[in-house]
Amino acid sequence: MITPFKWSLVGLVFVYLYLPIAILVINSFNESKYGFEWKGFSLRWYEKLWHNDALMQAFTNSLLIATLAASAATVIGTLMALAVYRYQFHMKKLAAGLLFVVLMSPDIVLAITFLVIFIVLGIHLGFWSLLISHITFCLPFVVITVYAQLKGFDRNLLEAARDLGAGEWRSFRTIVLPLVMPAVIAGWLLSFTLSLDDVIISTFVTGPGFEILPIRVYSMVKVGVSPEVNVLATLLLALSLILVMVAALLGRMRRK
Amino acid sequence: MPDSILVLSGITKRFDREEVLKGFDLTIKDGEFFTLLGPSGCGKSTVLRLIAGLEQADAGSIRLAGHEIATLPAERRPVNTVFQSYALFPHMNVFDNVAFGLRMSGIAREEITPRVNEALAAVRLSDYAQRRPHQLSGGQQQRVAIARAVVNRPRVLLLDESLSALDYKLRRQMQIELKQLQRKLGITFIYVTHDQEEALSMSDRVLVMDQGRAMQIGTPREIYEEPCNLFVARFIGEINIFSATILRPLGEYRYLAQVNGVEKTLRFEQQAAAGDEVHVLLRPEDLRVEYIADAPVDRSGYVGAVLERNYTGQTLDSLIRLESGQDLLVSEFFNEDDPDIDYRIGERVWVDWVAGWEHVIAKESW
Amino acid sequence: MSFRQLAIGVTLAWLALFVLAPHILVLLTSLLSPDTQQLASYPFTLESYVRLWEPVYASAFWQSFWLSLLTTGICLLIGYPFAWTLARLPKLPRALLLFLMMVPFWTNSLIRTYAIKLILGAKGLINSTLLSLGLIDAPLQLLYTPFAVIFGLVYILLPFMVLPLVTTFSKLDNRLLEAARDLGATRLQRFMQVILPLSMPGVIAGSLIVFLPAMGMFYVADLLGGAKNLLLGNIIKNQFLVVRDWPFGAALSITLIVLMGLLLRFYALANRRINRQGGLDDNAL
Repeated sequence: MITPFKWSLVGLVFVYLYLPIAILVINSFNESKYGFEWKGFSLRWYEKLWHNDALMQAFTNSLLIATLAASAATVIGTLMALAVYRYQFHMKKLAAGLLFVVLMSPDIVLAITFLVIFIVLGIHLGFWSLLISHITFCLPFVVITVYAQLKGFDRNLLEAARDLGAGEWRSFRTIVLPLVMPAVIAGWLLSFTLSLDDVIISTFVTGPGFEILPIRVYSMVKVGVSPEVNVLATLLLALSLILVMVAALLGRMRRK
Repeated sequence: MPDSILVLSGITKRFDREEVLKGFDLTIKDGEFFTLLGPSGCGKSTVLRLIAGLEQADAGSIRLAGHEIATLPAERRPVNTVFQSYALFPHMNVFDNVAFGLRMSGIAREEITPRVNEALAAVRLSDYAQRRPHQLSGGQQQRVAIARAVVNRPRVLLLDESLSALDYKLRRQMQIELKQLQRKLGITFIYVTHDQEEALSMSDRVLVMDQGRAMQIGTPREIYEEPCNLFVARFIGEINIFSATILRPLGEYRYLAQVNGVEKTLRFEQQAAAGDEVHVLLRPEDLRVEYIADAPVDRSGYVGAVLERNYTGQTLDSLIRLESGQDLLVSEFFNEDDPDIDYRIGERVWVDWVAGWEHVIAKESW
Repeated sequence: MSFRQLAIGVTLAWLALFVLAPHILVLLTSLLSPDTQQLASYPFTLESYVRLWEPVYASAFWQSFWLSLLTTGICLLIGYPFAWTLARLPKLPRALLLFLMMVPFWTNSLIRTYAIKLILGAKGLINSTLLSLGLIDAPLQLLYTPFAVIFGLVYILLPFMVLPLVTTFSKLDNRLLEAARDLGATRLQRFMQVILPLSMPGVIAGSLIVFLPAMGMFYVADLLGGAKNLLLGNIIKNQFLVVRDWPFGAALSITLIVLMGLLLRFYALANRRINRQGGLDDNAL
């Protein structure tokens, strides 16, 4: 029974979750710089952000990393999910175990491991280190999502394809891929979200020359109020919402 | 005459605007093994859940040993259920599962232990007390579920298709064990099943249900031999149905009638007049088949051709198509008179029934 | 190269290079000696692990431990009934509410933590409201307190407690609750005897996903806690990026990993108790 008590709890939790977001969004349009007096609707801060080259650059960089990392993680993760689902190989358990470690480890632990390997391998701290680390921490999520969908798969479909002469790649391309598309898309969205949201790992593996959002913003928010940050938040939110709607529409179209 | 232990009156139950039961009445006698029988969706499980308290009736009363329990929550009713899926608690061993109900009532540990052991002994699982449900076979889980229910000494025990998950042989064995257990404990058992063979073999009385309505209530024999309508006739076992028209009465519940073009004497336990239409019902084993050459000349019967025949080990079942076009199902036991009966497909035969073995009911519009 | 070889090859190569090797390297680093020029150098030593026990670090560890523990507790307190309510909903509303719960993650966590600063600050939402309502005379010190850090940690980590709990609750067979009712269990008894024990794997999984990351979220402590309320993550960050004592930083990380291993063991045990498998496919995520 869902009592009013339970509903008010649910409501309160959502208020708690959304209040800070609401403040960010509303204040991005607030003429006033400080505090909570509404001084009128204004796009002043949007303008300010637009002219803040360094911040805009960091913003675009973050989006770039998120998009690339999500895409790469989706491709690699789908391959991994397939490998674990379909094939037997030595060290299969090790592979699954390693994915599990990435999944369960707190960000700070992963951050350290990435930092160390990049130094040892001589990978320059910047774009590539960010990309590789983001891809890696997104992988388990893609693998789990795609694997779960593969599990519900009718094995007979693949056997039938083989019986009719389709090789592995063909089977994958024409049968498996279309059927796991929803999971692949979900994996992409999840990875995109995780990448955008990341602070800890990015802090450790970032370098001069390629600045991303959390680094740029950190110094701004540590000292005081920064209205441009409100704008950033609003833009990020809007962008992600659009992405999801596009994904949902794509899903609807495919089903037709 | 044993007292009635459970009386349901005027029970109405709706699920999302659909009326599953309407004005449903039922009286169950103390100490009997009562079965609710019917196809899926007929409402039998709903009745059980209403008695258990897992559903609330929209209208009507449920009296247990004279007390109204419809308003009592499930946890306070002196009624226990053996669930179809057993619903054993996976995080407890067999002993704790069986002891659960006793613990919930706050009974002292000194009393719980012997009672649980007694219940486990009754279902022959004494050595399994420390095992976990997932370590047991289906049949064993089933017995734990029974022990868990009976240990509480409920007035009424409800069993919801409890044996449906077991394979054939195990089912037959459990049916016998359940029946023995019921007799030993003396508790009223209310059993729900869609398997009519099961219902007939285990029960003292059976209620046949369809779409929320009671079709017929009676002993297994009454249900089988004297179905009161076509639904019951068709649902229980196989049935052959002849359409007939009364020609004239012959005496005390005896009539001359035209049955599929043949004049026959019928035994019909209702008043009927010439021109009334009736159904003549015959079970496959009530029919007799003879080779056309051996057909008696002085009796009226039906001529047909053998469409199919099935050897089942105990019987020879034949599907015979009469000249009128109607198909009959005949089941003959091998006996000393005719140890070698066998028919070729297409063979012409003569079919009749033993006089007085027919069961006649009034014609139904559907 | 066949498709099969490609799939397996990519899998093993990537994981070996960017997961297995790095972890081994961190372990090795923790056993090296600190070096200001090279970040770490031979000889191998257990010196870093010994330093863990120094009072200043031990007490910092404990403070971080308690902050994270409280965070986990509060997430559990709020998240448990929340997840239960959600799990009982039909599929569509449940999916929708879960989706809505994740939407805030589309703004970077750092920015969200900043937003909390706006709420808790001297000129923030809470103080402004209380002042204007006349309930207080001077702004309350909410920021730069343990309260603020926990507030921020719970804010970011609550969904991670809710998700595994919702999964666990939706796996709870309703018929077990019916059986318990049938056997005479009251509401409270049903909760204590059936729901709680069977939800344990979800509780532990959720706690794992909240407690360990909480220890590492240095930016929350930085923005909301000030200098006095530090998390283990702050210390690790400091060692790696400022002090450049990599062996010590690595030793701290290994400690976290060991902690993680212990908690995972608990999780496996809880699952075994109600005989479900714990594994990559089957875990509460």
